[in-house]
Amino acid sequence: MDILFQQIVNGLVQGSIYALVALGYTMVYGIMGLINFAHGEVVMIGTLVALSVAGLLLQLGMPAAVAGFGGLAAATVVCMALGWGLERVAYRPLRHAPRLTPLITAIGMSIVLQNVAMLVWGRNYLTFPAVAPKAQFEVAGAHFTAVQVMIVVVSGLTMVGLLLLVYRTRLGMAMRATAQNPAVAGLMGVNVDRVIAAAFVIGSALGAVAGMLVGAYYEIAHYQMGFMLGLKAFTAAVLGGIGNLAGAMAGGVLLGIIEALGAGYIGDLTGGFLGSNYQDIFAFLVLIGVLMFRPSGLFGEKTGDRA
Amino acid sequence: MTRSWLAPRPLAGIVLIALALVALPFVAALGGQAWVRIANFAILYVFLALGLNIVVGFAGLLDLGYIAFYAVGAYLYALLASPHFGLHLPFWAILPLGAIVACGFGVALGAPTLKLRGDYLAIVTLGFGEIIRIFLNNLNAPVNITNGAQGITLIDPLALGSFRFSGNSEIFGLVVSGPQKLYFLLVAMALVVIGVNLRLQDSRIGRAWQAIREDEVAAKAIGIDTRNIKLLAFAMGASFGGIAGGIFAAMQGFVSPESFSLIESVMVLAMVVLGGMGHIPGVILGAVLLTVLPEVLRYAVGPVQQAVFGKVIVDPESLRMLIFGLALVLVMRLKPAGLWPSPQRRRELAAGAQESP
Amino acid sequence: MVFPKLSAVAAVVASCFTLVACGQKEEPKVAAPVPAAPAAPAPKPEVTVKIGHVAPMTGPQAHLGKDNENGARQAIDELNAKGLEIGGAKVKFELLAEDDQADPKQGTLVAQKLIDAKVNGVIGHLNSGTTIPASKLYFDAGIPQISGSATNPKYTQQGFNTAFRVMANDVQQGKALGEFAAKQGIKTVAIVDDRTAYGQGLADEFRKAAETAGIKIVATEFTNDKATDFKAILTKIRSTKADLVFYGGMDAQGGPLVKQMKDLGLKAKFLGGDGVCTPEFMKLGGPASEGNYCSLPGMPLEKLAQGPAFRDAYGKKFNAEIQLYAPYVYDAVMVMAEAMKRANSVEPAKYLPEVGKTHFEGVTAKIEFDDKGDLKSGAISMYQYKAGKLEYVDTLGGSPMEAAKAEVKEAVAEVKEAAKAVGEAAKEGVKAGAEAAKEMAKEGVKAGADAVKAGADAAKAAVDKK
Repeated sequence: MDILFQQIVNGLVQGSIYALVALGYTMVYGIMGLINFAHGEVVMIGTLVALSVAGLLLQLGMPAAVAGFGGLAAATVVCMALGWGLERVAYRPLRHAPRLTPLITAIGMSIVLQNVAMLVWGRNYLTFPAVAPKAQFEVAGAHFTAVQVMIVVVSGLTMVGLLLLVYRTRLGMAMRATAQNPAVAGLMGVNVDRVIAAAFVIGSALGAVAGMLVGAYYEIAHYQMGFMLGLKAFTAAVLGGIGNLAGAMAGGVLLGIIEALGAGYIGDLTGGFLGSNYQDIFAFLVLIGVLMFRPSGLFGEKTGDRA
Repeated sequence: MTRSWLAPRPLAGIVLIALALVALPFVAALGGQAWVRIANFAILYVFLALGLNIVVGFAGLLDLGYIAFYAVGAYLYALLASPHFGLHLPFWAILPLGAIVACGFGVALGAPTLKLRGDYLAIVTLGFGEIIRIFLNNLNAPVNITNGAQGITLIDPLALGSFRFSGNSEIFGLVVSGPQKLYFLLVAMALVVIGVNLRLQDSRIGRAWQAIREDEVAAKAIGIDTRNIKLLAFAMGASFGGIAGGIFAAMQGFVSPESFSLIESVMVLAMVVLGGMGHIPGVILGAVLLTVLPEVLRYAVGPVQQAVFGKVIVDPESLRMLIFGLALVLVMRLKPAGLWPSPQRRRELAAGAQESP
Repeated sequence: MVFPKLSAVAAVVASCFTLVACGQKEEPKVAAPVPAAPAAPAPKPEVTVKIGHVAPMTGPQAHLGKDNENGARQAIDELNAKGLEIGGAKVKFELLAEDDQADPKQGTLVAQKLIDAKVNGVIGHLNSGTTIPASKLYFDAGIPQISGSATNPKYTQQGFNTAFRVMANDVQQGKALGEFAAKQGIKTVAIVDDRTAYGQGLADEFRKAAETAGIKIVATEFTNDKATDFKAILTKIRSTKADLVFYGGMDAQGGPLVKQMKDLGLKAKFLGGDGVCTPEFMKLGGPASEGNYCSLPGMPLEKLAQGPAFRDAYGKKFNAEIQLYAPYVYDAVMVMAEAMKRANSVEPAKYLPEVGKTHFEGVTAKIEFDDKGDLKSGAISMYQYKAGKLEYVDTLGGSPMEAAKAEVKEAVAEVKEAAKAVGEAAKEGVKAGAEAAKEMAKEGVKAGADAVKAGADAAKAAVDKK
C-alpha cells in the first residue's frame, strides 16, 4: 500500500510538470489550431537561462532563495521574448499558409534553438545549482522532498492564475473570442495579432516556470532535454483534449500517474512478460484507448475537419 | 493539356533526364564515392517520401509514425537474410514480402484511428511509431527475435544470382563500384515506384483520396467508402515504406532500433511538405534536397568559413545543423506551399489567402 | 525584401560551387606525397598521414564525442611534436574529424567520405550502432579501424580483420562487475538498464555473472537514455529491499538516478560500468554518489607510467576534464602510429598486420589484441566515489592465470628496480667518499634492501593468491 501511495506521489509530481508544459501547447493550439513543436525547446532554454543566472547569483553570495527567484525571473523574461520572437519569425507570416507549413518551420526552429543552446552552453550535461530546499518528509511510507511539494504547489497556483486570466480578464475574453472565430473577433475590435502574440508569450512564460522547476528538481540540464519533455507534454495535452486548458492540466497529471503506475505495476499485470521497458507504450496505449472512445480527448469538444 | 507521349519536346526531355540519371553516379564519383552513397540514400528517401505523400499529401491524413513501416521492412529483411536465424532468402523474395507485411501493419494502424481527425491522428500515429520502435528494442527477451538494442549484424548485401551489388566489378571494360551498381538498381525501382504513384494519383482511388482530403463528409455523401479508401491509403503508403526499409537493411548490413526514431518520421514529413504536398515531382525534389543539403553542408561549412574569415570560427558540426534548421524556416516562409506545389493547389492557395482561415 | 532573399540564394549557390571545387582540389593533394623517394638526398620528404576520427558532435551524446575527438587530437599533436620518421620520410599526422550524430546512416556516409579522402586509418566510431555498419566499409577498403569506445561484442565478431578496439567489450566488463558484487558480500541485486546497446549488453553480462556467483536478482527494471525521472522504478525496487542497484547506462541518467535513490530512502548501494565512472556522474549525483562503486576497463591512469601526464596535458590543452573515453581514443591513435612505425610504412595494407601484433604500454592498459581484435587481457579496474573523486580500489578480470602472471611480473620488476636503486645508492656513496656520505650510503643500502624485501613479499603474495 505504501508503494501505491509513493507511486501516486511520484506520478503527481511528474504530472504537474507535464501539465505546465502542456498548457503552453494548448494555449497556442486553442487559439490558432497549431501545434507549436518548438515549445519543448523554449522550456529547455528556460532551464538553461535559469541555471546560468541562478549559478551567477549564488557565486555573488546571494542566498539560495534569491538566486532561485532571480533565475526564474530571468528565465521568464528570456522565454517570453523567445515566444514572441518565435511567433513573429516562424508563425505569423504563415498564418494563411497550408496547415502543415508552420509545423515544418516549428521543426526548423527547434533544430536552430537546440544548436544555438549547444553553442552557448556547450555539449556537456550541466548541474543545476542547488537552489531548492533540501528537506525530506515521510508520510505513510511515502518519501518526498520539499522540491516536490513546491512543484505541485507552484504548478497548481500557476494554473489557477492562468484560468483567472483567461476567464476573468479582458485579454482572456479576447483570447476566447479569437479561439472561436478570429475573423469575427477582429470585427468586434479585438486585435487578433496581439492576442495571438500574447498566447505565445504566456505559454512561453509557463514553459519558463516549468523549465525552472525541472532544473531545480532533477538538478540536471542539457540542450537536448526539451525534446522528450515536449513530446510527453504534447501527449498529455492531446489526452486531455488539446485546446482545452482544464484538459491539459488533467491530461498532464493523468499521464504522470499512468507512467508511474505503468512502470510500477505493468510487470505484475502481465505476469512478467512486459516490464518497465514498455512504460512508454503503456502511456501511448492508454492514449489510443481514450481517443478511440472519445476522439477529441477527455475534455475536448468535437473539432472540425482540420486535416 | 493532354500531349502525346511521342511529341518531340517531352521525348527530348525524357532522353535528357535519362542521360542525366545514367551519368549521375559517374559524375558524382568524381567528388568521391560518398556522393554516390548520398545519391542512393536520396533515392531511398524518395521512396519514403512518396509513400508518406500518399497518406499525407493525397488523403490528407497526418501521419507522424511513418518510419515504423520502414522499420518493419528493414527488420523483416534483416531477419530473413542474416545469420541471426540462419535464413538467407534472396532480396527479390523479401522485398515484396516486406511490402505485404508493412501493408498489414498499415491496416492495423489505420483501423483503430479511422474516427480520428487532424492532430489527434498525428499523435496516435506518433505513438504507434514509438510502440514499434520500443518493441524492436525489447524483443530480445523472453524469446530473442530482434536482438534488442544490439541490432542485427552481417545482413546479406543485395545480390541477383551470382551478381552482387557490392564491391567493384567490371562491366564492358568500365569499373563500376558497389554503390554505383546499387544506384542503378535503385533508379530502376524508383522509376517503377514513381510510375505507380503517377497512375495512382489519377486513378479512381487517387481521386477518392483527394475528395476525402478536401471534405470527408462530402466525399461520403457522394458514395465514397471513406473507411476502406482511408485504410487503402495507409496500406499503400506503408508498403512503400516497407520496401525502402528492406533496401536500407541490405545497404547498411546492420539494423538497430536507433535508425527508426521519431526524428526520422519528422524528417520524411518535412520532405513531403517542403517539396510540395500531394505533388509527386515536388515530393521527389523535397526528398532529394533534404537528404543532400546536410551532406553538402558537411563538406562546405568548414572550408567556406576558412575562405571567408581565414579561420574556422564556429564549430562546423554545430553550424551545419544550425544552417539546416534555418533553411527549413526560410524555405517555408518564402514558399509556404512548398518548393514545387501542384498548379491546382497553388491556385487554391492564392484564392484562400484573401479569406481568413 | 528582395535583396536578402537573393543574397541567401547566392550564398547557397556559392557554397555549392566551393564545395565542388574543394572536392576536386583535394584529390591530387592526397595522391602526391605518398610514394616517398628514399634516394632523394638533401631535404627529407614529408608524408601526410590522414587519420579519420568519427564521433557524434551534435545530438545527445555530443559531449562524449567532443571528448573522444580531443583525445585523438592530443595524440596527433604529440606525435607531430615528436616528429616521427616512417619509411625514411618525415611524417605529419593530420586528423580528419567527422560527425556522425550517432546515426547509423550517417555513420556509413561519413565512413565513405573518409575512404574517399584516402585516410590511412580510422579511429572510432564512438557508438556501436555506427561503428558496426561502418566497419564493413572500412573492411572492404582495407583500412584499419580502432574504436576506443564501441563496446558491442558483435563489432569484432563479424570476421573483419580491420576491426580493433582498445576497450573491454561488454562481456568482459559485465563479468568483472558481477564478480566484484559477489566479493562485496551482496546477496540481492536489482538491475536497471537504459535499453541501449551498451546498457543492455552490460546488464545482461552482469546478470549472468551475478547469478553464477550466487547473487539473487530480485528486480529487473528499465529506463531509457533520455529519461530524467526514475522514481517509479526505484519505488518498485525499494519494495524488494535489494542490497544493490546495478545500472547499465551512462552518467547523464546514472547521476540523477543515484540522487533519486537517496530521495526515496533506498538503502541499496549503487554499482555501474564505465558509463557512470566519470566526474560528471559525481557532479550530477552529488553527495548521493558517495561510497558507491563503478568500473573502468584497463588500469587506472594513476597506476600507469604516462597516465597522470596524459591527464594534465589534456586538462591544459582543452581546458576541460576528461569525460570518459578520451584516454582510450588517445591509446587507439598511438597504437596505430606504433604499428606504422613497426611496419615502416603508412600504407594501410602494409601496417595492418602489425596492428594485430601490438604490444603497447598505453595510458589505459597494456594493449595486446586477440585474433578477433579485442583486448587480450581485458583487465577491469574498480573505483569508489569518494569526496568527489574516483578512488582506485582493485583490478579484476582477464583470465586468472594471466592476471597472476602479470602480478608476478610486476613484482619481479619491482624487485629489479629496487635492486637497481640499491646499486645506485651504493655507487653514489662510494663516489662521494666523504665520511658524511658514508652514512648516507648506509641509509641508501638499507632502504634498497627494504625495497627488495617488499618486492619479494609482493611476488610471493601474488603467487600464493593464485
